Amino acid sequence: MMRALRNQKVRGILFQLLTVIGLVAFLWYIGSNTISNIEQRGIRTGFDFLTGTAGFGIDETPIVYNETSTHGRVFLVGLANTLIIGFVGILLSTIFGLFIGVLRLSNNWLIKKLAAAYIDIFRNIPVLLQILFWYNIFVKTFPSPRQSIEIFAGVFISNRGLYMPQPSLNATTISVIVSIFIAIIGIIFLNKWANKQKENTGKDFPVFLISIGTIITLPIIAYFMSGANFAFDYPVLKGFNFRGGKTISPEFLALTFALVIYTATFIAEAVRSGIEAVSKGQKEAAASIGLTEYQALKFVVLPQAIRIAIPPTINQYLNLIKNSSLAAAIGYPEIVTVFAGTSLNQVGQAIEIIAMTMLVYLTISLVVSAILNWFNHKMKIKER
Amino acid sequence: MTKLAKLSLAAIALIGMSATAGTLEDVKKQGFVKCGIDGGLPGFSEILSGGVYKGMDVDGCRAVAVAALGDASKVKYISLNAKERLAALQSGEIDILVRNTTWTETRDTSLGLNFAAVNYYDGQGFMIRKDLGAKSALELDGASVCLQTGTTTEMNVADYFRANNMKYKTVAYDTNDQVVQSYDNGRCDILTSDASQLYGLRTKLKDPKAHIVLPEIISKEPLGPVVRQGDDAWFNIVKWSFNAMVAAEEAGITSANADSMLKSTNPTVKRILGVEGKMGANLGLSADFAYQIIKQVGNYGEVFERNVGTSTPLNIERGLNALWTKGGLQYSPPFR
Repeated sequence: MMRALRNQKVRGILFQLLTVIGLVAFLWYIGSNTISNIEQRGIRTGFDFLTGTAGFGIDETPIVYNETSTHGRVFLVGLANTLIIGFVGILLSTIFGLFIGVLRLSNNWLIKKLAAAYIDIFRNIPVLLQILFWYNIFVKTFPSPRQSIEIFAGVFISNRGLYMPQPSLNATTISVIVSIFIAIIGIIFLNKWANKQKENTGKDFPVFLISIGTIITLPIIAYFMSGANFAFDYPVLKGFNFRGGKTISPEFLALTFALVIYTATFIAEAVRSGIEAVSKGQKEAAASIGLTEYQALKFVVLPQAIRIAIPPTINQYLNLIKNSSLAAAIGYPEIVTVFAGTSLNQVGQAIEIIAMTMLVYLTISLVVSAILNWFNHKMKIKER
Repeated sequence: MTKLAKLSLAAIALIGMSATAGTLEDVKKQGFVKCGIDGGLPGFSEILSGGVYKGMDVDGCRAVAVAALGDASKVKYISLNAKERLAALQSGEIDILVRNTTWTETRDTSLGLNFAAVNYYDGQGFMIRKDLGAKSALELDGASVCLQTGTTTEMNVADYFRANNMKYKTVAYDTNDQVVQSYDNGRCDILTSDASQLYGLRTKLKDPKAHIVLPEIISKEPLGPVVRQGDDAWFNIVKWSFNAMVAAEEAGITSANADSMLKSTNPTVKRILGVEGKMGANLGLSADFAYQIIKQVGNYGEVFERNVGTSTPLNIERGLNALWTKGGLQYSPPFR
């Protein structure tokens, strides 16, 4: 016995076993304690509430919802809104962050300093304050619906949001949308083919120009072939508010704006650190073999910089998704506002609802990081 | 993440709590009553300069503190938003919740709570800018509505607009302050809440006179103190602390005349003040608990007038909250 304990391997296994037993016992204790306490207090438990009628209205519903829908439906509406804000936020903050990150390295003194100032200011203010700030600015600055500003034909802005004409779903609209998808898929294949071609023959193929051409001409052809008949549903001022068309709420605009402005600073820094981390010798070597500055950037510096910038950028994407829960402060109906807010208050089952909400964030975050880890892996230097 | 974190903490508190001897013993041991309030609602619970708490709900907390500990100042106030309040009570973070909380069937049953009394009979109403020209809630088709999330308000609005076949858009905020600010900035046409709150919130607007409260009351909102199920002794104490204030008004006892009323020959007055009978002992309290409540906090009428009555900026009539003898609903079961 004692001799076995002196064996390092046995000891290691023993301690790991003890830790696992301790952890399981702890979780079991908490779980059973909770259940008995809840029963003692006479609080209802379980997930039956998901089939109960919600009975309240939600303003922005990407999926079908009305007051007679269930709390389960509220969960889905909240989830959809969270995903929308996450998707739009990640897309815009990546574009904006890249842009700022490159400006930060510009040789122009003013541009460089402006970019640095922007990063330093917005990175260091808590994002909740920024959300409240932009929201209140928006609502205060723009006029009431009756005095709304017409930006151009059919597009209005007021403190109730941005109103736009919505294309009705007819043959033309559908064919144009389908043609855009076909163009995108075509471009992806073209890209693959061009890369292969280059590896085999060393010849450059003008992928970029052809891609642009495809994505413009294909929808135009589709538009004329399907009857050239775009029909729009225009927003019209009626009574208190605009009716019809598509409305983007001030809550969504302010939340997106604040999250993008905030997250882009971190992405810009990731981009800058990525580019700066590529040693100067790489650039010089590229120049010495006769590559132009643009070619050096495209073929030598950026591929290496991206590899360094991806991991910190993944973190920022995850942060953005989690930060979107701050929308509760300004009433954008994402999952924390409607499900962990209103539904929670109507049914009062805090543990179930909070657990479901946490599970949603956990799942979204794990999926996003799995996708990006796969991407990161793909981008890794393949040593031959 | 702060909101989520706060709620998660409340949920975790529910996980970790352990069985206790009884709320009264706990309160005596800790030396104060932990009372959940709103904290930002004029007339019901607001924090004045210098950290003084004032309002109907605050006086409810003080009455319970007098009953349990003999001293109205032995209260620890905890400000809670609408979402946190019930979880805070369930988890034992507070001993009593007096936060203009509507008594509903669901809350009274499946949430493991008990409503001890109704300290204010309320109903939901609408506030609107005068220049929009609406005279009735039935003219509000298509309006956007600002309200506080986590309240019965959201359901009532949905019911009302649906029943009258009108369209609406809700914008639901976490705190009353954000509701008021957004309404004031014109994000919504209407602000809806319990009628009593509308008057209080109106005083926070830039130009209170430019807004009117529409005549329709669209719901029943009996507001009152809430305790956890399963501690009947504490439930009784809270219930009778409140009844003592109503009974005192019925019997004409005020904080000013309580001392001289001790010599009254009226048997009802004698029983309320603990000169006769075992009312205090029945509750496990001192014989003069009701006398102390009246002396330190006042009777129901005094509490009402001081906090929300016609002499205050809220300027609310007694209405439903008058005594039953004067056409209202306030009624105390007999002290007998």
